[in-house]
Amino acid sequence: MSDVSFTPRAASVTTETALTRRIVIGVVMILIAVLLFAPLIAVFAEALRSGWAASLEGLASPDAQAAIRLTLIVAAIAVPLNAAFGIAAAWAITKFDFRGKALLITLIDLPFSVSPVVAGLALVMLFGTNSWLGAWLIAHDLKVVFAFPGIVLATMFVTFPFVARELIPVMMEQGRAEEEAALTLGASGWRTFFTVTLPNIRWALLYGVLLCNARAMGEFGAVAVISGKIRGETTTMPIMIEMLYNEYLSVAAFSLAAVLALLALLTLLLKSLLEWRYAGLLAATRRH
Amino acid sequence: MFVQIEEIAKEFGNQRALHPVSLSIPSGALIALLGPSGSGKTTLLRILAGLEFPTSGRVMFDALDATGLSVQDRRAGFVFQHYALFRHMTVFENVAYGLRARTRGERPAEAEIGRRVNRLLDLIQLPDIGARYPSQLSGGQRQRVALARALAIEPRMLLLDEPFGALDAKVRKELRQGLREIHDTTGLTTVFVTHDQEEALELADLVVVMSMGRIEQVGKPSDIRANPASDFVRAFTAA
Repeated sequence: MSDVSFTPRAASVTTETALTRRIVIGVVMILIAVLLFAPLIAVFAEALRSGWAASLEGLASPDAQAAIRLTLIVAAIAVPLNAAFGIAAAWAITKFDFRGKALLITLIDLPFSVSPVVAGLALVMLFGTNSWLGAWLIAHDLKVVFAFPGIVLATMFVTFPFVARELIPVMMEQGRAEEEAALTLGASGWRTFFTVTLPNIRWALLYGVLLCNARAMGEFGAVAVISGKIRGETTTMPIMIEMLYNEYLSVAAFSLAAVLALLALLTLLLKSLLEWRYAGLLAATRRH
Repeated sequence: MFVQIEEIAKEFGNQRALHPVSLSIPSGALIALLGPSGSGKTTLLRILAGLEFPTSGRVMFDALDATGLSVQDRRAGFVFQHYALFRHMTVFENVAYGLRARTRGERPAEAEIGRRVNRLLDLIQLPDIGARYPSQLSGGQRQRVALARALAIEPRMLLLDEPFGALDAKVRKELRQGLREIHDTTGLTTVFVTHDQEEALELADLVVVMSMGRIEQVGKPSDIRANPASDFVRAFTAA
């Protein structure tokens, strides 16, 4: 037995050697730099290639202004609606037992797996002139396809899963006991929701809403199909960017792209800011 | 309040959690529902609270049919197995929750709420923890806060689901005594669920031994020790 010798290890068993660690961290850093950071820099560099004045001029055109306005309005409608639907879906899935629950969970993910172009085409088929629903809508002077409602619908379809996906795991983990406690203490269903459920899911909800918002503003495929790309009317920012780019208006295209990227960065900044501001509260109210 | 359970049965899908069971709980008694897991004791407790509704049978409170009464209207103080304290509220707000949830006409004034909450915190012998969050309390403290929160609504009865299950032996003994004292002070009809025969026999006035969704025996601890009604009761209470 004496030939078996133990060399004491300085570090714990889960710690890799310094070299391995450096390689892994280095690879991740390079990937982030090349895949995420460089393109972002490129967009801003290209936008400002001919100076501030030129890019502001590109943004000031009526079409660009209309696109920015449309994108913000669409997000302002689609995101709150999807937040409400997401809460309802997560609530139904985590608090009740019913037939078809597994199917519902699968269906919620459908927009993630279906190509947005297919979603757009499906909506055109459903609400276009060839369907009975479309015919009925046109008979009542309601335009969905190639119009504002269609854009909102397409955006909602594509961004539907974000809020629900964030909420379901959190609500599963928390269970029903706190809600039941509120009910036994005499609180109504709504009061229970607003004073117990909502505060418990607020961080997941916020995160879901922010992701949903970023995606809603950036959606291209589904909106491209259903909007009909009517310049100044149904062109959202991503569509307008593509049109400008195809017309070789590179500075205008990249300026608008930079604004879109800034809106996304702002969203992330807002999230980090809230997390930082409420870090103490977050830690205190974490699981018992 | 005096409670009668008349031929209560409960099915979950195809599974029978409770065969028709009947039980009378005298006003002011301290009752233990004792049995192994899956015996239906927690289901029976939740039916009393209005958190579950029976497939058939009736629940009577003071000889009035309460079977269809909503959970809010039952005014049963319920202490959950893992306490279910509201993690985003301070202890004070937890205890005040039931008072604040009342309709405007019945809601006490803010000063009165403060007084009542402080009195309850005194009762559970934790007068200085109102500003803390549940995550900053020990298991025993959480259990007592859950008890204070349940008492705040001036309940008609007190229901406790495995109230000492998650605590270590020493704390459990202390809190057992605490529950007895609170029961004797308030005079509330109290039902607690446990799988610990020692706890049931030591603490309760009346022990209800359950197995497989049926009531095996109801009796005073001394009766159950002296004359177990079945082999199951003998084996389970001897353990």
